[in-house]
Formats: sequence, structure tokens, C-alpha cells
Amino acid sequence: MLDRTAPLLQVKDLQAWYGESHILHGVSFDVREGEVVTLLGRNGAGKTTTMKSIMGIVGQRSGSVLFENQDLIAKSSNQIARTGIAFCPEERGIFASLSVEENLTLPPVVRPGGLSLEQIFELFPNLKERLGSSQGTKLSGGEQQMLAIGRILRTGARMLLLDEPTEGLAPVIIQQIGKTIRALKQQGFTILLVEQNFRFASTVADRYYVMEHGRVIDQFSNSELEANVEKLHEYLGV
Amino acid sequence: MITIFGIPSAALFGQLLIGLINGSFYALLSLGLAVIFGMLNIINFAHGAQYMLGAVAAFLMLNFLGVNYWGALILAPLIVGAIGIVIERTFLQWLYKLDHLYGLLLTFGLALIIEGTARNYLGSAGLPYALPEALRGGQNLGFMFLPNYRAWVILVSLVICFGTWYAIERTRLGAYLRAATENPTLVRAFGINVPVMITLTYGFGVALAAFAGVMAAPIYNVSPQMGAELIIVVFAVVVIGGMGSILGAILTGFGLGVVEGLTKVFFPEASNTVIFVVMAIVLLVRPAGLFGRGT
Repeated sequence: MLDRTAPLLQVKDLQAWYGESHILHGVSFDVREGEVVTLLGRNGAGKTTTMKSIMGIVGQRSGSVLFENQDLIAKSSNQIARTGIAFCPEERGIFASLSVEENLTLPPVVRPGGLSLEQIFELFPNLKERLGSSQGTKLSGGEQQMLAIGRILRTGARMLLLDEPTEGLAPVIIQQIGKTIRALKQQGFTILLVEQNFRFASTVADRYYVMEHGRVIDQFSNSELEANVEKLHEYLGV
Repeated sequence: MITIFGIPSAALFGQLLIGLINGSFYALLSLGLAVIFGMLNIINFAHGAQYMLGAVAAFLMLNFLGVNYWGALILAPLIVGAIGIVIERTFLQWLYKLDHLYGLLLTFGLALIIEGTARNYLGSAGLPYALPEALRGGQNLGFMFLPNYRAWVILVSLVICFGTWYAIERTRLGAYLRAATENPTLVRAFGINVPVMITLTYGFGVALAAFAGVMAAPIYNVSPQMGAELIIVVFAVVVIGGMGSILGAILTGFGLGVVEGLTKVFFPEASNTVIFVVMAIVLLVRPAGLFGRGT
């Protein structure tokens, strides 16, 4: 059924460079509205760079990134954010000089229809208790991850890029993040996820793209996952 | 006559007042430097020249355009701030990724050019700038005489300094600034136009210097080297307070003004060097400065 909707995000022949090093060699994939799509791959395969290229925060890039039929490739990252894409970086990017509340309300609202603070606290009850904390970085790793996801839900962006949201977190927190992602999908958010942990990804994702050496080398849907587990082990080297 | 520690109280309070006045300028200037350094990572050596430009602009406006002190207090910072914006767009924006040294050298060069040009047209002698009518005279406080203009300088400086501190530490715009200081790339990826914010920050810092220059014109006279004399002390203040610390710049500015004033009373020979002695001690004990966040 999802197949009939046009892609919300369409990445074609995306190439990216950091200084002299050529990282992405023509990445192509698409994400349809309401889907959760996961980029899998080993360290250094180019997953994070793909996300950063979509957001316009790598040094140099070419190809095309169509979002709602407008090409983002020539736009600056602040303009890209304003089109309604929000990014949650791997390192979480919680600001030490800002309080928890300031961190939460920092990203400006780019579109109407974002979650209210109350709705964010329903997803992440821990955050409400820590609101008075003077320094965002004093939170635990799990709480920082919730803060990093929570703050982009306010902005009204309907397309979320989540870079390894489970990295370094305890299993119980990972479960909570998984529950949150499913809840967001139910609310109609479209999510592009980068993950190393495909067991976690399989609890939330509709489709997978496997990356290696800056290219997409394989793709399959969640229902094809079991049949591809052997191959995946090989791709991911686990 | 009342004496304190064997010093006539009038002399003591007189020097304290001078200390507070100097401190007001130290605070205003080091505040601008701290804001600029925090956001641009540039050590703005042209700050003294920009302060001088504020005073010169006030002088020129009064004598050629008939714009009085109050008009100059608003217009001079706007004009000099606009010059700052042009400097940021044409020169500084290319230097952010390089070592601090490049920004320092470039702004040092600019300072020499600005000061040299001013000396060429205005001469080296100070030009008088009359006290504004409304602030002439003074109050007899019983223990000392307080000239109205000096009280005004201290008051306005306090208001501007703490207003700036409040705007940066307690408002939404300030949260953008602090966040962009930490991680400009991510703040930009949230949809905030960080390059414009950086340009305006430099403009604001420069405008603060020009504002201080207008305030200084009636006290110190207007001369091309007025900034060069002050800027070295102001850099010491910034180092003592901690590079990039807003509150540190303000408190250290006023504090060191007072320390300098008191030294003039108790040990006049050391009054010119006391700030640098304090700087050396602070650097030994706390290299990040009194209010610095460390590294």
C-alpha cells in the first residue's frame, strides 16, 4: 500500500567529499511518506555522511536530494531545515552552555503542527523531571538522547533523520527509543534511521538499505529480513 | 579631615571614583571583545581603534553636522557598527577556520590603518569635546564631590553591561548565540542563519566599542591614539576575566578599575603596572582566567 505513495525524499547519485577524500560515490534511495527506512552498514560505510549530505553539512556534495519535489542540493543547511527536515546527530549535540529547557526549545519552529511540550513529555516522561537542570550535558546518555529527539519534534518537521539513536545506551533505554519511534511513525512522521544494530532496526523499520564504501549495495523490506539475515551478517561483519 | 588608613578620605574616594570610571570603560570594551571572541573566535585587536572611531564620529558630527552628544550616542555606534559589519563580510569571515593568530594580525593591521588615517587628518593632539549641557555640574555627597557626567558614565555602563549579559544568558536570542558558539554547524542545521548572526554579533561588539568612545569623548578628549592606550589594559582585563566569559569581562573590568584606582592612592608608582601584575598571577594560578570555563 505504501508503494503507491510518491517518495517524500528521493536521493539520486549523491556524492560527497570531506576535503580531498571522496566519501559518497553515488548514493541513491528513497523514503516514502510515513515510512521508517533504515540505512545499515559498517563503520565508515557512509551512512552518517549520507545524512549530513541531506542536511547540507558536508564540505562538498553533488547529485540530487529531492524533498517534496524541491532539490535541496544547492541549499544551505539552515534553508534545508526550514523545508521541514530535522536532524538528530549521532553525538546528540546537547549544548553544555544551555539548560535542559533551553536545549529543548532551541530549534526554531519551521512549520505548524509540531508536538507541544506536553506531548513531548508524554513520550519522554524523564525529560519533564529534568527540565530544571541547569546544564543539558549533566543528563545521562539516555536522557540526552531523548532530549536530542524531543527537541526536533517541536519544530513541525515531518521528516526526521536519526543517526544511531541507540548507540551506547542500556537495553531498557533502547526499548524506550524503539517505542518512541513506533509512536512517531503512528503519528505520521517519516523517519530515516542510521543503525548498526539491525536487531533494533527490525523492531521499527519498514525497509532497509545496506551501504558499503559510500554506495548502496542492497535493499529489502522488513518482511524479507529473515531471508536476508545470513547476507546481512556478512555485510555488517557481525 | 577624615582619614582612612592614613589617607585623606577625599583622595581615597576620588581615586575610587576614577577607578570606577576607568572600570566602566574597561568593562564596556572587554565585554565587546568577549562577545566577539566567543562567537567569532577572533581576537579583535581593532577594538581600540573602533572605540576611537566612536569618539571621532561624535566629534565630527558635533562640529560639522551639529549633531549633539545625545544624537552621537545613538548614531556613532550605528555608523561604526556598520563599518564593523563591512569589515566582517570583507575580511574576517575568511579567517574563522584558521588559527587565532591570523585574526589578531589582520585586526592589528586594521587598527594601525585606522589610527594612522585618523592621525593624518586630526593630528596627534587631543581635540576637546564639551560636556553635554544636561550633565554639567555635580553633587556634593558630603564625603566627596561627584561630577554628574561621571555618575552618568558609571550608571550607563552598568546598564549596558548587565543588559548585554541578560540578553546573552537569559533570552532566546542569547541561547542561539551560546549554542552557536559551541556547535555552529548543528545550530545552522536547526534552521538558524548562523553566518548572519555572526556578522551582527561583530557589528554589535564594534558598536559597543564606539558607544564607549562617545562616552569617553568628554572625559579623555578625542585623540587618534586614545584607543591604542586603552586596548592593552583591556586585553589584560579579558585575559584575567577569562576569554569569552561575559560576566567575567564585566566584573573584571569594574574590579580592575577599582584596583588600579586604589593602587594610585596607596602605592602610586605601581598604578600603571598593577593590572599586569594581577594578570601574571591569575595566569599562573588559573590559566583559563577567573571566570573562564577552562578547556
